[in-house]
Amino acid sequence: MKSMGATQEEYYRGVRMVRYDLVKELVLAMVGVGVLALLIAAVLSSPDVPPVTIATWAQQNPVDLVTTATNELAGATTSAVYGPPYNSVGPGQSFGPIAPQKWFGVRIPIDSANTFVIQPLQKASFSNTALGAALSTWQNATADQQTKWLDAYSKALANATVTDGGVAVATGDYGPLPVMMSNLVGIAQAGGLDGLLAINGRFYQTDYTQPLLFMGDGTYLAGLAQQAHLTGSQWGMMNETGQYPGQTWLWLYTMWYQVTPFNSPTGFLGFNSSNADLGVIILMTALTAALALVPFIPILRDIPRWIPIHRLIWRQYYAPRKGAARA
Amino acid sequence: MSATSSSEGASPGATAPESRSWTLRLRQAIDRHLPMDHLLPDRQPYYVGSWVYVFGVVTIAALAWVIASGVVLSFMGPQWWHDSRVGRFFNSLHFWSVQLFFIFMVLHLWGQYFMAGWRSGRAATWMIGVIIFGISILTAFTGYLSQQNFASQFVAINAKDAMNGAGIGAFFSVLNFGQMYGLHVMLLPIGITILVVAHIVMVRTRGVVKPIDPEGGARP
Repeated sequence: MKSMGATQEEYYRGVRMVRYDLVKELVLAMVGVGVLALLIAAVLSSPDVPPVTIATWAQQNPVDLVTTATNELAGATTSAVYGPPYNSVGPGQSFGPIAPQKWFGVRIPIDSANTFVIQPLQKASFSNTALGAALSTWQNATADQQTKWLDAYSKALANATVTDGGVAVATGDYGPLPVMMSNLVGIAQAGGLDGLLAINGRFYQTDYTQPLLFMGDGTYLAGLAQQAHLTGSQWGMMNETGQYPGQTWLWLYTMWYQVTPFNSPTGFLGFNSSNADLGVIILMTALTAALALVPFIPILRDIPRWIPIHRLIWRQYYAPRKGAARA
Repeated sequence: MSATSSSEGASPGATAPESRSWTLRLRQAIDRHLPMDHLLPDRQPYYVGSWVYVFGVVTIAALAWVIASGVVLSFMGPQWWHDSRVGRFFNSLHFWSVQLFFIFMVLHLWGQYFMAGWRSGRAATWMIGVIIFGISILTAFTGYLSQQNFASQFVAINAKDAMNGAGIGAFFSVLNFGQMYGLHVMLLPIGITILVVAHIVMVRTRGVVKPIDPEGGARP
């Protein structure tokens, strides 16, 4: 502490100085690192698996798309009951009185049933009278009637088959749902739903919240992510597609999701799998602050003195020398 | 012009009027705290001759390659590297420079930890280094979200829950490509660059910390 205000000359007084070329060292480092990066880039390239579109989803697994859309109407998807910042249906995560998700409220409003199903169909019904009539039937039906149609259709979808790219279910009383869903699949397979959700009445846009939330509600994208080892339970945040390294520096953050209390429904001390995201962020914030404050934390700041790695680093300094005083 | 006129005819040794000049005060402070022989030294204490000191300079070198390749990518636009072999190469250079940057930075951090590099008034240098590490993680994260490929899609879907659960998602939407791309190519790199410059200036101002005294502590 006593040398805090010392000038560099005072600090170095009595220390043996040797020749040093800072600029040469920097240039050599630039060249060396550059050659290494250029070589690795040329030999190994970089990952670029194309993104999944809603069109691909509808073509490869139309049953999953229709099941997801049906669940959106029933209010039974992840996004439908998410809570802030998308809607106020779910309470959001909290730890005791700490509930930042709730505090900041609904800032990116998403009404899943309307946003992902009804509004795209309304736009597509402009020149499609059959679809327009089906939508009118749906919207004029009572909530009880809609629930009965949704329940029956959801059960039928469990045994649905794909015929000529469309979804076929057993005969039953599903109201207007088969017409609505066959149109939705057709629009999606042609790429129209990608446009309707992404563009959403604008021309330029860079916000993909709607299509990503809709795809996240289905199982198709998650299934592909599972194959690529990208899901949360597979340490996904630090992985990349193929054999490439991902964000390996997130290993500690990702690790907490794999251990108790954050992977346990019952948890410990108020933390569990239902508030794991908030808990891990709180924990990582505390650990990052501790890392920054290491110089002021006893034990943590003393470990370098106890573990003699510094003797390897400065072995020239610590080596016994005849007739030479240490600085 | 009036300021120039007022000082005309003053003798070179007369400093009283100039001492009120902010410009002169700044210049004198720089001369006092960071003279050129501290900023660009040609002599160093003999104990600096350890391989661990290399990690700092190679981290800066990797950052320079990250920024250089990133400037090319941002100039050509986010679609370029998906459709062009040259673009793909620059993306690869960016990708691997980032990996090298983190490897070197972590080695530098561990090296400084075991050298207790915060001693003798260098705690702020350590703390700024940790902040650089944190902002670098955030920058890399927004980079992975800006790739516009399958990985960025699922990383976004996965990460939104962490951001939303902590309340951050209300302002920092990982599903919003425009926001993530803007942060990645502009604000966060500027923040890192400013802090790295501050970090280097602090190192050069104070000089390189001495080896741990066996009988001393590791206090700041």
